[in-house]
Amino acid sequence: MESILLGLGLEEATAQILGAILKALIVLLFFVTVGGVLTWVERRLSGFMQSRLGPNRVGPQGFLQWIADGVKLVFKEDLVPDGADRVLFRLAPYFCLIGVFCTLVVLPWGSGIIIADLNVGLFYFISITSLVVIGVLMAGWSSNNKWSLLGGMRAAAQIVSYEIPVGLGLLVPILISGTLSMQGIMASQGWLPWDWMLFKSPFTVLSFFIFFVGSLAEANRIPFDLPEAESELVSGYCTEYTGFRYAVFFLSEWANLFVVGALTTVVYLGGGNLPGMISGLWVVSLLVFFLKTGLVVFLIIWIRWTLPRFRIDQLMKLSWKYLLPAAFLAFFGQALWMLLTWKLPLVQLAMAVLIFLTFLVLLYLFIKRVSVNIKEQKTSVNSPLPAEAGK
Amino acid sequence: MLFEFSNIIIFLVIAVVFVAVTLLVGRFLRPNNPSAGKSAVYECGETPVGGGFSQFNMRFYLVAFVFVIFDVEIAFMYPVTVVFKELMEEGWGILALVEIALFILILMVGFVYAWNQGGLDWVKGISDEKAIDSSGKNLDIT
Repeated sequence: MESILLGLGLEEATAQILGAILKALIVLLFFVTVGGVLTWVERRLSGFMQSRLGPNRVGPQGFLQWIADGVKLVFKEDLVPDGADRVLFRLAPYFCLIGVFCTLVVLPWGSGIIIADLNVGLFYFISITSLVVIGVLMAGWSSNNKWSLLGGMRAAAQIVSYEIPVGLGLLVPILISGTLSMQGIMASQGWLPWDWMLFKSPFTVLSFFIFFVGSLAEANRIPFDLPEAESELVSGYCTEYTGFRYAVFFLSEWANLFVVGALTTVVYLGGGNLPGMISGLWVVSLLVFFLKTGLVVFLIIWIRWTLPRFRIDQLMKLSWKYLLPAAFLAFFGQALWMLLTWKLPLVQLAMAVLIFLTFLVLLYLFIKRVSVNIKEQKTSVNSPLPAEAGK
Repeated sequence: MLFEFSNIIIFLVIAVVFVAVTLLVGRFLRPNNPSAGKSAVYECGETPVGGGFSQFNMRFYLVAFVFVIFDVEIAFMYPVTVVFKELMEEGWGILALVEIALFILILMVGFVYAWNQGGLDWVKGISDEKAIDSSGKNLDIT
């Protein structure tokens, strides 16, 4: 990008800044699109999983629904409730959006494709996401609404509780890669599944589990969606928000879904790594990255429409009493494992292949079970009811 | 390298500008007919009782305190984790691991104390089974 601008006869400093702004704008466009499209994907998928249609009117398969929703929300009246803290009320959406959007700075879209490969990448990633808590707490507090306050407090307590296991769980991949730079973490894995961080040792599997559960909770997804528990708290911290301010909260929430999927992909699933002979093809690398991210996002949506909601005391218990000690266990286990085997790469490889094969067997059993269930359901739907059969 | 960090500022500004400009454009497009009923606080259709800035549970403070301690700990853990691999290859691995373990152990004392004193229990004094059984009278789940 800079080289094109330099070619236009600009000075180097100007070209750099302009290039950075252009890149940021492109990423913003992507951010808005991915947030919007994911709302449509989620609604269609939930419709599919619950045997109903979901949005299917605007555009082919209802694909343009998210644009229609966005435009509608811009045209809606912007209300600030009586007695609210007006300044904080207006500021809150900004914090939520920044907290999610700024993570994209260090996200490697493929090998070599990154906005800024910071040497503190992953640490920056964890710290900038904390801004979301401030936004949520601000929104909950400033609305002068009991539901909002409760939702905001719950959200803050939940997000900070799960930040600890996520932060500790991510130490395991850092132990292995020995760097915080996102490209470095990605490059320390290979394109083969048993080179991925996830399958490297039993402790990385544990760390992945902790990270994934914690990320679901940090993104306020079911089974951890207590802050927005619509059956108890109306809409949680964004009860009083209308129009585009409300849209900003939702945009950042769904874009966060993508960000969680992308981080999982990069840290645990090998990111956009390619086999040696085609490693120069950045388009393929990008595609691999998006494919993996899409799969993780699908998994998260699937979990949402499968599991019920936790109760708050169970939620806190899970974080502090199970995930936190487990995170320490994973850290020390991995450190010991590395100390024992760092001179024996063959043992490490054997372990990785073994875990990968176990994973494949479990996957096969799961698919088998699910297909049996689907078959049984189909026959039970098509056969007449016992009462009718007796007539 | 330093220029790389300025990307963060640019992203931050772009995010703020995006929201601000969209809201500004929306200002000329959207209706603005405030009324007493519209700006009333939502409370399931009833007239709101009392203010929204009500008291909230002490437990949120406790969670915040424990969080701050562990968050600082994580911040200290990251640097040593990054160099652990290098140390290991130079033969200092066991020493490094012992030192990390000592550091965590000191924190763990506090954690075990908090756990033992029930600081991590959300529903204090009532076991889970009781919380489900009681008809809501003792159920103090916020």
